[in-house]
Amino acid sequence: MQTGHIAKSGRNRSLISQRVRGVSPSGIRKFFDILASMEGVISLGVGEPDFVTPWNIREAAISSVEKGYTHYTSNYGLLELREEVARYLKRLYGVEYDPKTEILITVGVSEGLDLAMRALVDPGDEVLIPDPSYVAYSPLATLAGAAVVPVPTTLENNFKLMPHDLESKISGRSKAIIMGYPCNPTGAVMSRDELQKVADLALEHGLIIASDEIYARLVYGIEHTCVASLPGMRDSTVLLGGFSKAFAMTGWRIGYAAATEEIIEAMMKVHQYTLMCAPITGQMAALEALRSKDALVDEMLEEYDRRRKVIVRGLNEMGLTCFEPQGAFYAFPSIKITGLTSDEFAQQLLEEEKVAVVAGSAFGQYGEGHVRCCYATSMSDLQEAVERIGRFVKRHKV
Amino acid sequence: MKDIFKLLEEDARRTPEQLAVLAGLSVGEVVSIIKKAESEGVIVGYKALVNWDNVPGEEGQVWALIEVKVVPQRGVGFDGIAERISRFTEVDSLYLVSGQFDLAVIVIGKSFNEVGAFVSNKLATMEGVQGTNTHYLLKRYKDDGLWLFKGDESQRLPVSP
Repeated sequence: MQTGHIAKSGRNRSLISQRVRGVSPSGIRKFFDILASMEGVISLGVGEPDFVTPWNIREAAISSVEKGYTHYTSNYGLLELREEVARYLKRLYGVEYDPKTEILITVGVSEGLDLAMRALVDPGDEVLIPDPSYVAYSPLATLAGAAVVPVPTTLENNFKLMPHDLESKISGRSKAIIMGYPCNPTGAVMSRDELQKVADLALEHGLIIASDEIYARLVYGIEHTCVASLPGMRDSTVLLGGFSKAFAMTGWRIGYAAATEEIIEAMMKVHQYTLMCAPITGQMAALEALRSKDALVDEMLEEYDRRRKVIVRGLNEMGLTCFEPQGAFYAFPSIKITGLTSDEFAQQLLEEEKVAVVAGSAFGQYGEGHVRCCYATSMSDLQEAVERIGRFVKRHKV
Repeated sequence: MKDIFKLLEEDARRTPEQLAVLAGLSVGEVVSIIKKAESEGVIVGYKALVNWDNVPGEEGQVWALIEVKVVPQRGVGFDGIAERISRFTEVDSLYLVSGQFDLAVIVIGKSFNEVGAFVSNKLATMEGVQGTNTHYLLKRYKDDGLWLFKGDESQRLPVSP
């Protein structure tokens, strides 16, 4: 056996690299096996829409396969798609990118972020990441060799990144900030003014912001501010976007990165040797998505908004304090009144009431004391889940 | 107000309490909006969409789309004759249309004979009706925006980041 052989060789080295061992497995997958063996579970533990990809998008992909679109595309992605992305970003956020040199089609935002980190970070560089935040930010920075510096965000500030908290963590080794608003797991959105203050700090200290804007279209009663659209920020931002959430296209794995030619060129270098190009069928589907009427997204948005109202009110009424999440499709209530840790809460709620939520600690140490509830699930399931959580909280209130 | 109508159009069983949460109104406001809409003919009725093909013993329902050519009448145009035809309980829906004929009439009956008898005895012989052309419907796929076949099933995993 390979492992035995290596051990016997006496080099006293681990088979798995230190870099990878240094990354802990995603806490989010913990329940997966337990869940799969249980019946009657209502899951608020997902991070994707319950909608199936709209039919016109699926139909366009099917027809592209029929027509023989089965080959590699340019490393950058189909030019037509990049042009469409450029138009989309200009129309929605007023930022302009050259589709030939400043846009890269990626395998989701996840790959885009990986590329950005590998392209920008040297060993020892510090990357600032709001905590709690999406599970991949910190591992991807770590794998690229960066030292991760968490910046706490709290319920008192509606989980927004406060400039003074950020500033206190900036050092001479700071290289970049990874952030994503609307935020997974909190649902927090930052206004233009609030983002401007973060941008000012980034500019002052020469930091690049890797801005995960995958939830950009999913905002409720507030306008999304694209970080790259702030004065001076276009050239200091790696804008990461995609189709998964707004167009219900998670499984297609298509996203994009937009930045200066210098950064995109560097990211493309890594991309061409690892992925070659994003899958063509997904790219064809994404093309159709961008050419769809806005109503396609707006209809789903309207439905999320209704569910949002139901869950936020339900959680607050049962005493799980929950600020009003203005984006994405998550509520992030405090579970303080139960006296349980977020892990205990999630575990016991699943066992006792068969509702799956994700422990806030999966998103960083400052996520402790909260759980993430995804409301991208049918209204009837959501109402049932609220009832079950209510029963659970009643029993466990201290 | 528009929100309430849209929400009810999607699911007429929603209670005033549920509607109030979804539309951000008080229960009292919702109730008065609905009452007013009912009295002003904005909300015309509430009903379930039944797929009779799936009801044992009732599979034989016959639907027909009948093209009707009529002579419009002075003063009332097409309305007079259209309203007269629509009063028959056999008529499910009736539309004035452009093109080769004037009225599109959907008729539902228990058998071909019943629908046939309605067309030949009642409809075709009405004063003002010039001619009819009957198409029997063979299968319903989508009705009132709802699919009558098994559609998309989400293959979503129960937990994901």
